[in-house]
Order: sequence, then structure tokens, then C-alpha cells
Amino acid sequence: MEEKNRIIRLRGIKKRFFEGTENQIEVLKGIDMDVYEGEFVSIVGASGSGKSTLMNIIGALDRASEGSYILDGVDIGKAGDDRLSRIRNKKIGFVFQTYNLIPRTSALKNVERPMLYAGIPRDERTERAKQLLDMVGMTDRLKHNPDELSGGQKQRVAIARAMANHPAILLADEPTGALDSKTGRLIMDIFHRLNKEQAMTIVLITHSPELAEETGRIFTLMDGEITGERKGSAYKCS
Amino acid sequence: MFIENIRLALSGLKANKMRAFLTMLGIIIGIGSVITIMTLGESVTSSFTSSMQSLGANNVTVAIQPKPEDEEADSFSGMAFMAMGRGAMPQDKDYITDEMVSALRETYGNELMGISISESAGDGRAEAGKLYANVSITGVNSDYFLSNEITILAGRMLTADELNGSRQMAMVSDKLVNNMFDGEPEAAIGQSIEVTTGDSFYSYTIVGVYEYVMSIYNMQFGAEKDITTTLYIPIGAARAATHSTAGYSSITAVTARGVDSTRFASRIERFLNAYYRNNRDYEVIAFSMESMVSEFASVMDTIETAIAVIASISLLVGGIGVMNIMLVSITERTREIGTCKALGATNSSIRMQFITEAVIICLIGGLLGVTLGVTAGSLASKAFGFPARASASSIVIALFFSMSIGVFFGYYPANKAARMDPINALRYE
Repeated sequence: MEEKNRIIRLRGIKKRFFEGTENQIEVLKGIDMDVYEGEFVSIVGASGSGKSTLMNIIGALDRASEGSYILDGVDIGKAGDDRLSRIRNKKIGFVFQTYNLIPRTSALKNVERPMLYAGIPRDERTERAKQLLDMVGMTDRLKHNPDELSGGQKQRVAIARAMANHPAILLADEPTGALDSKTGRLIMDIFHRLNKEQAMTIVLITHSPELAEETGRIFTLMDGEITGERKGSAYKCS
Repeated sequence: MFIENIRLALSGLKANKMRAFLTMLGIIIGIGSVITIMTLGESVTSSFTSSMQSLGANNVTVAIQPKPEDEEADSFSGMAFMAMGRGAMPQDKDYITDEMVSALRETYGNELMGISISESAGDGRAEAGKLYANVSITGVNSDYFLSNEITILAGRMLTADELNGSRQMAMVSDKLVNNMFDGEPEAAIGQSIEVTTGDSFYSYTIVGVYEYVMSIYNMQFGAEKDITTTLYIPIGAARAATHSTAGYSSITAVTARGVDSTRFASRIERFLNAYYRNNRDYEVIAFSMESMVSEFASVMDTIETAIAVIASISLLVGGIGVMNIMLVSITERTREIGTCKALGATNSSIRMQFITEAVIICLIGGLLGVTLGVTAGSLASKAFGFPARASASSIVIALFFSMSIGVFFGYYPANKAARMDPINALRYE
């Protein structure tokens, strides 16, 4: 796979909490991981396996205690807060289990928000936000606030928002966890579509084996270490 | 980004209007009370100043005052005049005499337009059957009207000769005419009115009716028909009524155009004090209206500032209220802040957003407070009978000040929001 661009390169990532105290605990014990452009991968693991911590590090929300992380050619290493903010803004599209739409703010404004932080002019923002919402089939809900939307609709807005700044990866943390299976299916279909049609690199974090099987590669995380890596059985290659 | 911040802040406030309003209330009351005081103060000062100036900024008031007992307590100031009445009552020998007045006229003829003299013959009541009007009987000389303009509505002015004489003639106010002549000025002319004051009784022939103008000097409360208005009579008639032949406790020198009245005041003070060299009890002070106006204005300024400082304590309390609510709001919006950070908001943009919100709360509060203050101040001024006048500079300062409160009390909560850890914030329930 040398010809493909490497988007995520994790080497020897360790994460310790309460460092230097009696309660010191090592949550990640040296993670090596590569994700290439256009891949759809999943990270599965039970709760307490270090899934969330790994996701925070991949999402540039947190820094590793040790090891190196290169995201889309950018060394994240020990970047400062502002630099991390800019990396999240430009390179990462988050999709959360709890949607995390900004309350009292219309779907359109929610999708515009990352572009606002990126300093994109108003007209351009609105234009792109409309396109993105159209892509997830939310054109008729542009002016609706989150509390006027169903769970599936909220998640679709969240996906549109995650795509706003053409990120290098979509980082989805249990995106269907709060949805019924039918709506969950709909959301998964959107991810597959983005992966196929736009060659979007997607990292899915889940505890559901069935969902993981749909992805190209599955990393199994246990006690802070990657214990397995295999191909997904139900992944439909483009 | 700045405009976006304002939009974000406004939508944040709209989402919780009641709370935003309650938060503003502290600022509204604080700014409102400061502006009320300032407006009231400004109204009083400007009304007082302008009525003093209408009397003529060129006037020099000359009055007798008890000699200070020791030299150090010498109080040469206009306000000392206000405090007159302390010490021994003046005797005949202490008054300003006609002789001194003539000497003044002769010596300073070029600089003087005239010397205005008035002598009160007491307050009394004019009666005719059941009809009555309260009057203040005031004898004036012909120069009096150089510095006190009146408008004649019917009849005529008393002539100079009449004023300087002692015939029982009078000019009455239109208010008196309302009470006693059915509001017909013409009907009053030529009539005689009977006035009782204490146990004395006088009769005057009305030759003119003037228009009563309410001012800070004759401000009074109570029923319209009980208002006391001035009954102008010739100076001689007043002196005959009070049996005061000795002289006057005060006179007013009206200076000619272009004369520096403040300097002129000290010159005539020196001139007149020559007459008092051997008087152990009394001396003369002279002060220009100009110096009195500025002294009054500065005293008012001090009072205003003092009250405003006290009122601004409520602003401080309001500011703390803003900080408190901002802290609550930030805690409530922890998840939202975490989300914004995940979407790429930098610490400084989060900080700016919340400072903007605090500033907007304070600014809106400030604007409402200014409106409230100007309204309340104007109403209060009108109730006291002054033309209302808002102080523009204090409004600008108030708005600037309320913005500063927003920045000052908004900074801590905003900074707290900016420094939230995105991971914890995202997980916050």
C-alpha cells in the first residue's frame, strides 16, 4: 500500500494519567497504527480498553505522553493548544454519539461553525453548508434548531458539519450508539457513501462487532494495546 | 469575526431573555441612578446658572456682613453671603447709606450702568372681600429693572421718578390678577388694593400688571392660588413702611458692558470699606454674579460627583451579578464549549465570545439605564420646576463605563471557559 498516502501514523503511543503520583496509570501502552487515504477502519474494544483515550489522541483533543503521531503529514507531537485547535478545525471531522450540535443554533449555522473558526467568508460558508446539508438530505431543515430535529436528523447535521472544512479524516465515536437500528443503518450508509464516492478516510470507534465488520480493517484494542488487526468481512470494496 | 461574536452573543442572550434581563437589572439600576443624579444636578446647575446670568453676569452684589472675629477665619466668598444672619443684627450705623450709593455713582460713573436697590416690606395678603392673593411687598428703585427684567402685560411701568419716590403705587403680577380680578389685567389698572402684613395695613394703586415667571428663587409648592408673588412698590414707600431710614443691607451694582465685574467688585469693596474703617461690627463685601455662578457650579459638581460615586457602588454590585451569571452560564454550556473546541475554536476565540456576551449585557443594561436615568432625572427636574437637561458627557461616560464593567467582570468567566479541557467539557453532563 506504499502508493497510497498515509493519513494517520501512530508510533509507540503511550498515555499515562496522574503521571508522577502514586495513582499513575498507563491507559495506552504503545500503540502503532497506520491508516491510509480512503480507508474505512474501525477500532473496537470493551469499555476500559483505552478506546476513548486513543480516540482523543487521534482527534488531537489530547496529547500522547510518549510516541509520535503524524496526521496527514503534520507532526502533532507536542503541539500547543492553539495549534491543536487549528489541526482539529482543518484536518478532523468529529461525529459524536451524542451529536453535540450547538443548542439554539440552526442546522445551517451549526454546519457553518467550523468554517467560521477557519475564517471563511460568510457567503461562502452558507453556500457550502447548504451543499453539505443537501448531501445528507437535510435541505428542508436548514433553519431548524437541534431541539426540533430527531436523533437521526441531528446525526446527519453532525456529519455535514464534520465534512465542512474538507477534513483529512472523519472520526466517528459510536455514531449510531444513541439511534434505533433503522436510523443507525441510515447513518452507516452515509458513511459508506462518503467513503466510496468521496474517498473519505473514516475512523469508526465502536463496541459493536457487526458495525466493525462493515469496515475495511478492524483494530481490536484491549488493555491499552492493539491485540488484533483484520479485514472486515462485510466491507464492500469500491 | 467580531461581528460574528456579536451575533453569537445576541443569540445566546435571546435564548434566555428573562435571565439576561435580570442580569442587566443591576447595571440598569446602577447606571440609571448615576444618570438620574447627573441629570438632576445638571438641570439644577444650568437652571440656576442661567437664571443668575439672566440677572446679569455683570452684576456685583454688595452686602454688609459681620466682621470676622479673628483674621484667620476671614471668609471672603460669595457663599458667606448665604450664611449671613449669624452674629449681631445690624444696627442703623451698619447699613449702606444713600450717601455711599451716591459716592459710588460719582466715583465709578463710567463703569456703572446703575445701582439697583430693593427693600422688602414684608410678606402679606391682598384682600378684597372673599378674594385674596399672597404678596411679597418689595420696594425697588429705578435701576432695579436694569438687572431684573419684567414684562408688562397691562398698564405701564412705574416711572423712574415714581420708583425713586414714595407714592403708594404698585405693579402686581398676573397671578394676583387671576385671583382678584378674574384674570383681566385691564380691569386691575387704576384699582386700589388693600394689603395686610403683620399688623400693618397698606393701600396701593395698581398702575401695571407684569408677567409672573417662575424661577429657582421663587420656587414654591402648594395650590396655584396661594402662590406668593412680588408686589413692586417705589423704594421710598417701602422704606416708609418699614421705618428704615438708615440704609440698605445689600445693593446691586450693574456694571457697564466690557467691565471685568470680578475686578470691579474688589475695587468697590475697597472703596466702600473706607466708610466702615471705624465700624467694629460690620464691613462690606462685594462679589460678582460671575464668581458666584462659578462657585455654585463647582459646589454642585462636588455634590453630584459625591452622590454619583455612591450610586456607582450599585454598579459594582451589578458587575458582580454579571460575573456570577456568566459563571453559571458557562458551567451550563460546558458541553457546548467543548464542542466548539472540537470544531476548532481556539482559546482566544472562546474568550472573546464570552467577553463579548458580557459586554453586550452590560451595554444594553447601560443603554436602558441611561434611558431610565434621563427619564427619571428629567421628571424629577420638572417636578422641582427646573427645565430638564441631560448631561451628554455623563451619558458617554456611563456607556463607556458599563462596557468596561462587561470587560472587567466578563474576563474571569470567559477565561475560565477558554481554558476548559475539551475532553472533559465534551463529556460534561
